[in-house]
Amino acid sequence: MTVETPSHPSAEQRRTLVDRPRRRGDRFFRRGTVIASSTVLLLLGLMVVTTALSSWSVFASQGIGGFLFGMRWVPAEGIFGALPFVYGTLVTAVIAIVVGVPIAVLIALYLSEIAPRGVARRVSYLVDLLAAIPSVVYAMWGVFVFVPVVLKPVQDFLARYLGWSKVFEGPVFGLSYLSVGLVLSIMIVPIVSAVCREVFATVPQAEREAALAVGATRWEMIRLAVLPRSRSGIVGAVMLGLGRALGETIVAAVLIGSQVDIHASVLQPGYTMAAVIANQFAEADSSQVRALLGLSVVLFVITIAVNVIARLIVARSSGAIRKVGG
Amino acid sequence: MFRRTGRAAAVVLALALVAVACGDDSTTTTTGAGTGTTSAALAGTLDGAGATFPAPIYLEWIGQYQAENPDVLVNYQSIGSGGGVTNFIGQTVDFGASDAFLTEDELTQASANGTVYHIPMVFGAVVPAYNLPGIEGLTLDCDALTGIFMGDITTWNDPAIAALNAGVDLPDQAIQVVHRSDGSGTTNTFTLYLDLCNAAWSAAVGHGKTVEWPVGVGGEGNEGVSAAIAQSVGSIGYVELAYAVQSGLSTTAMVNKSGNAIEASLASTSAAAEGVVFPDDLRFTLVNTDAPQGWPISSATWILAYGNMDPDKAVLLRSFLTWALTEGDATAESLDYAPIPDLLQQKALAFVDLIGNS
Repeated sequence: MTVETPSHPSAEQRRTLVDRPRRRGDRFFRRGTVIASSTVLLLLGLMVVTTALSSWSVFASQGIGGFLFGMRWVPAEGIFGALPFVYGTLVTAVIAIVVGVPIAVLIALYLSEIAPRGVARRVSYLVDLLAAIPSVVYAMWGVFVFVPVVLKPVQDFLARYLGWSKVFEGPVFGLSYLSVGLVLSIMIVPIVSAVCREVFATVPQAEREAALAVGATRWEMIRLAVLPRSRSGIVGAVMLGLGRALGETIVAAVLIGSQVDIHASVLQPGYTMAAVIANQFAEADSSQVRALLGLSVVLFVITIAVNVIARLIVARSSGAIRKVGG
Repeated sequence: MFRRTGRAAAVVLALALVAVACGDDSTTTTTGAGTGTTSAALAGTLDGAGATFPAPIYLEWIGQYQAENPDVLVNYQSIGSGGGVTNFIGQTVDFGASDAFLTEDELTQASANGTVYHIPMVFGAVVPAYNLPGIEGLTLDCDALTGIFMGDITTWNDPAIAALNAGVDLPDQAIQVVHRSDGSGTTNTFTLYLDLCNAAWSAAVGHGKTVEWPVGVGGEGNEGVSAAIAQSVGSIGYVELAYAVQSGLSTTAMVNKSGNAIEASLASTSAAAEGVVFPDDLRFTLVNTDAPQGWPISSATWILAYGNMDPDKAVLLRSFLTWALTEGDATAESLDYAPIPDLLQQKALAFVDLIGNS
């Protein structure tokens, strides 16, 4: 007796029957995504290249070293030196990191290890809300409320009791590296704590339980099981926060005091790259515009480098954990 | 299949609704003819850009002018004097506006496009503002003000200041200097005054929209300077008169070139033009004026236009500027701008007539 086998289409038939209706859709989808991705990459490349080309004359006239390490910025005389701005950008970013990262890591630890799930959910939401506040609001709040009411008295206090050290030397004006750094630290807390929370969540529960099982207290468990595995993830989060702090414009423009100078004391006013660009580009003539574009290139390079390093570290840390976790 | 037909029908319906909504436009156009005293209804668009200082009064004038000429649309973007000049030279706007008249270089570039007319519209003044609670009505002169902004005079009870303010109990308070961090016509006017009246400042700093300040912190815009002054006792900075009046800052009187101590006001700002011989191209400065009762840090603000402007647009610009110069004085004063004197107004109107006709 012959049994009728169900007719499976041959490979050839499959290609014509099954694939044909899907082929066009797949093609469009693939093309669409490729176009979108390449557009983004092209735009980024275009921005860097056109900015660098437009600003080339200022690098030529000042010399690359002269531009990067020059101390004076006098558009009327055609003198453009970027060092005070680079210094101010780095100092305010470092203050933001030094103050903001420990707070953010502690928040993330609390939310992932200690808080009950309902509390964690609500508090995470509130912390993430900080990231939704526009920077200009931070700037306005900073200059009209936070600095006069909180930061200036704090800085007066620091100048009075720690003024003997170069770092906290007065006189205090209110607008300073420290003011900008502290407002920036508030702004980077949401990013850093969000990434850290993700990183802590990837630590296998088994490791935590193992630590607790051998008698560790909760803090010891965190120290032994969670933090060591999260180290590169935390570094990645720090780099992301650093990227944000380096590029923040309006907060720096309003709170830095706009003084083209380098001070050892963080209580003194200074200037950042983003702030001087924002302040001067509207009224700048062509050579000054080119110099500001030159600053943009420097800022671009620093920010891209920081972001690339951050992504590499974060990718490596999550990859490593996935590999170890099996 | 039914689903496909339903979806298609929904799309057609949606498109039809959109078409109907767009189609309605044809019934809502107004002609607006005959509402004014203009002989023919003016219609069209003008684009201008430039100084932020006169932006409030320009925008107010535009609003009033458009109420009388509903088919005319005047756009003014207050992007700063520098931007106004750049756009004017690049001919990307119909008219420019600047707190500083074109420099020789800029004039050469612009003249390549056509004859350039500087039309002064209003006067403004820059005043030093300070924060010393309980001490009103300080007086300074050029040398004292320069000394403060150069960092040579560092306390309020310095002899140079005390000499000008007999009878005032000046505290031994450190002076904190505040200047503008953004490039601005206000800075240009203020530093021009110090440049003209003090040789040391002229040699060390000069003048411009952005300068290399010897001392002091920068605030962003008039608001930033004002906030910085208000925050620190002992601060001194400079702001536009209109702004100082409206924000209630303490301001100093200045001893002018004639030796008179003058308070900043609309009257003293206008008085700065007294006796001034205006050059033919109306590129003048009132700073450090010779006028005996004039405020020494006054400045004009100009509208820039080309003589070979497109005739259709020129009609609109001439109409707007004539209206503003002849009927805008009361509005200007209400917003704390000083109207220009009659003699200058006549010269300005003569220039307005040449727009589009030369």
